[in-house]
Amino acid sequence: MIRALLMSALFLSAGSASAETMKLAVTTSFENSGLADILLPQIAADTGIDIELIVVGTGQALRLGEAGDVDAVLVHSKAAEEAFVAAGNATHRREIMYNDFVIIGPGDDPAGIAQAGDATEALARIATAQAPFVSRGDDSGTHKAELALWNAAGIPTEGDWYRPVGAGMGAALNTAVGMGAYVLSDRASWLKFGNKDGMSILFEGDPAMFNQYAYLPVNPARYDHIKAGAAARLEDWLVSERAEVLINGYRVADEQLFTFNAER
Amino acid sequence: MGDLLAGLTEAFRMIVTLDAELIEITLRSLRVTLTALAISCLVGLPLGGWLAVRRFRLRRAVIATMNALIGLPPVVVGLVVYLFLSRSGPLGVLGLLFTPTAMIVAQIIIITPLVASIAYQAMRDLWSDYHDLLISMNATRGQRIVTLLIDARRALLTAALAGFGRAIGEVGAIMIVGGNIDGATRVLTTAIALETGRGDFALALGLGIILIALALIVSWGSHWAMRTERQGTW
Repeated sequence: MIRALLMSALFLSAGSASAETMKLAVTTSFENSGLADILLPQIAADTGIDIELIVVGTGQALRLGEAGDVDAVLVHSKAAEEAFVAAGNATHRREIMYNDFVIIGPGDDPAGIAQAGDATEALARIATAQAPFVSRGDDSGTHKAELALWNAAGIPTEGDWYRPVGAGMGAALNTAVGMGAYVLSDRASWLKFGNKDGMSILFEGDPAMFNQYAYLPVNPARYDHIKAGAAARLEDWLVSERAEVLINGYRVADEQLFTFNAER
Repeated sequence: MGDLLAGLTEAFRMIVTLDAELIEITLRSLRVTLTALAISCLVGLPLGGWLAVRRFRLRRAVIATMNALIGLPPVVVGLVVYLFLSRSGPLGVLGLLFTPTAMIVAQIIIITPLVASIAYQAMRDLWSDYHDLLISMNATRGQRIVTLLIDARRALLTAALAGFGRAIGEVGAIMIVGGNIDGATRVLTTAIALETGRGDFALALGLGIILIALALIVSWGSHWAMRTERQGTW
């Protein structure tokens, strides 16, 4: 009995001492894409860092970084990221990769956005048709990108047809599917989404809908406990050739989701 | 209908194959909730007994407040606990955010009023029966509370099970303070929320069925152990 207890105590202590852990706040779109499941085991094998993912919207991810509750963030909203660095919350911003946004809608496409020439025209057609449009409405990177597109199109986001749900990508997609509405989603989340129910990608490919992901290590001068060493090693790995191969090679339904574009 | 059947099939498959991740998050759910429940009972049951035997000026206000706190919105509890445990919050130095301990703290706050309130109701009725006897035996206040706790134990089991039920099914608070970290703070309810978000309704529902089964097993098991509702042992 005593021996069994000792053995289990030894086992437990060995287990906890094996790897360094760090906390990384990432966006729901990154987690939902499934890329994390490919990258994290390889990161653990190459660097010995066990990454604990906190999956939230970009807005909350940056708040967690500001409060020192995570060691780094991986998000996609350039203006908010630059403000974050300017406020001294992160030492710098490093672009890693991009994917793109697509507009999802019901198969019969009541607003006819599939024939639109660019994103501005597609949104204008939705607004003109007063077709229901689901917005994330949660201050996430996708929400900010959507607002920037409406802004560029010069269309006010108000009216019965415009429905902010204040939820993550998956919940917003579920809502849009439920009411047959248009919705802006990152391509990865949509391809991995299991409840498509007659909805499909109706508009894609406008460069204005590219979605740049960047890595921001939290400023260690702000808090003593920030694991700056692990965060730096993770950054080195994320821009490495091995990461490039894994990111560019990741496919869902035979489509490449992410394009690596970090500068070394 | 198809999703419901797929959910049942998925639950069955995960149980039969003893899915390693399922076992891990189920055990974590149990560990977090049972720890929170044990601490809530340590606080709530004696508090209920004390309120039953003690008469003081603000007693009604305290009891009314306690009853109102049963309805504390978990998401608000989660937010407040987050703000306290955040590195930039007053208890940030403890480094407890995004750990199972933080989830336990949030659940204790959520269920203690419920446990204490039901315990108080049970012991108040018993106290009106025992009052004259215990007073005439010159029992101290501590002895009175202990007597009530022992003789009301079956009603107190209901209090504990109500607390367990609220805690095991809770998602709003533990999502915020636990972070739903895979392998560290992911439990059944947060996994269900995650899979729903991914549109994988079959897996989400499968996990939900397992969660409900778990609550049933705990309830049956504790009733069996306490020998309630059997002939001759009212």
